[in-house]
Amino acid sequence: MSIEVKDLSYVYSPGTPYAAAALNGVSITVNEGDFLGIIGKTGSGKSTFIQHLNALIKLQSGSIKVYDVDLTQKKPDLKKLRGTVGMVMQYPEYQLFDETVEKDVGYGPKNLGLSEEEIKCRVKEAVELVGLNYKEVADRSPFELSGGQKRRVAIAGVIAMRPRVLILDEPTAGLDPRGKKDIMSLVKRLKETSSPTIIIISHDMDAVAENCDKVALFSEGKIQAVGSPREVFYDANALALAEMDVPSVVKIARELQKKGVSLQGKPVTREELVEAIRRWRDE
Amino acid sequence: MNNVVFGQYYPTGSVVHRLDARIKLLAVIFYIITVFFIRDYVMYAAMFVFIIGLTLVAKIPLKVLLRTVRTIVFLVLVTSIINLFFTTGEVLWVHWKFIKIYKEGVEHAIKLALRLILLMLFPSLLTLTTTPMELTDALESLMKPLKLIKVPVHAIALIMSIALRMIPILMEETNKIMLAQKARGADFDTGGALKKAKAMVPVLVPLFVGAFRRADELALAMDARCYSSVAKRTKYKVMRLTAKDFVAGFICFAVFSLVFLNKYLWPFDQMVLALFK
Repeated sequence: MSIEVKDLSYVYSPGTPYAAAALNGVSITVNEGDFLGIIGKTGSGKSTFIQHLNALIKLQSGSIKVYDVDLTQKKPDLKKLRGTVGMVMQYPEYQLFDETVEKDVGYGPKNLGLSEEEIKCRVKEAVELVGLNYKEVADRSPFELSGGQKRRVAIAGVIAMRPRVLILDEPTAGLDPRGKKDIMSLVKRLKETSSPTIIIISHDMDAVAENCDKVALFSEGKIQAVGSPREVFYDANALALAEMDVPSVVKIARELQKKGVSLQGKPVTREELVEAIRRWRDE
Repeated sequence: MNNVVFGQYYPTGSVVHRLDARIKLLAVIFYIITVFFIRDYVMYAAMFVFIIGLTLVAKIPLKVLLRTVRTIVFLVLVTSIINLFFTTGEVLWVHWKFIKIYKEGVEHAIKLALRLILLMLFPSLLTLTTTPMELTDALESLMKPLKLIKVPVHAIALIMSIALRMIPILMEETNKIMLAQKARGADFDTGGALKKAKAMVPVLVPLFVGAFRRADELALAMDARCYSSVAKRTKYKVMRLTAKDFVAGFICFAVFSLVFLNKYLWPFDQMVLALFK
């Protein structure tokens, strides 16, 4: 078990006329090796939730345990926590700042207090993991790279801290279909090589259905449904309550159902759909 | 963040809020000049009474108004103390080693403190009851005569309103970047002044890059909609002076004139004091 959240609630600017509840009793357990997709409308509390996991937001009520760091304690070990949980925010390329890619990617490891050699080694590894040529980009300014490359550099900056849990907030936002696919396969590669646990916020239901093995549906600061993509995306009530769309595979299956074609096994990925249609044809 | 109006605007919908911003702005200018001419305590007191009365009419809690003075407490203290020790006069009150405090110094210090506080209060009342946009419109309207000597009044007003609009956006952006760098282990809170300043570099660089990017995008968007600074344009909200604006303007004018001319035309304070005897 890597992350355990119990009864987490949060109110923005409490005690003022602008007070707004963002989270209302959220409980969830994330195990090592999970690929968790978080879905929900804008303002459903997704971002507030993941910011808690990195202690970017101070805990108001409830409890969070990330490996052996207990956030209910008065002074949790933040350095350790931030080395354990890596967070890639929305549009991470807007946070690049240093003169060279090398220095920018090394910023996180440097803050962890690592040695020069260790930093250099990690930077090289991270830059190559995100699919860039280290020799080519190391001494260039991050500002002269293309949009997609910038995002990769920004992700490398988090990977270089070697987090066991990697959280990504809409990593494919603002990219073209090709870029989206590239980033998603990068995330999958990272799960296999460096960070075994992945948590991803996404509005792309197809990507969530294809890649995640666990889905949490947020709505009005609560988790409306949590389970395998199959369970969540075929839970019509929960989805309707959260006003969320379903992946295109589920949409096609539903349409076929209306036309009298009932598929077996509730497909959520493309392969499963093809397989289910084949089986139906053979019967 | 987005729905919070920038600045200290405190909406209560009172009559003071609804006054024409131009009248309020002119009143503040006249007020500032007046405050510099006040010489005696009675007039200081009169000004404080006037401001408190206005705050009550504006339905703004006095606490909120006084909070604005907090920002200048340090300035008030320093200037008062300097005046206390360095003003020479005829009546020596304290003489201890090299420190000499004269009666005039004490008076000077008190009056200066009062003056600074007064100078803070009324303009604060203006910003508490007027949105930044109303203020910009008022300034543009009041600066119109300058067009005659080729001052680009409209451009100045546009720059001001864009700057005001960008402040909350940049604040939000700063917040986001700080969170992102914190997630990468940045520490903004510990260490000395130099270390803290250095820690801000990873925040300031992306902030500036972002500001230039936004400026570029905004300019393009304005261009795409054929914006021209010389075009004759009308206002969405037309400012019109109504009866209440004239009444309010007259009251302010009367009060400030009374205080302003006190020393020169009539001994107003003597008359007030006589009433209490």
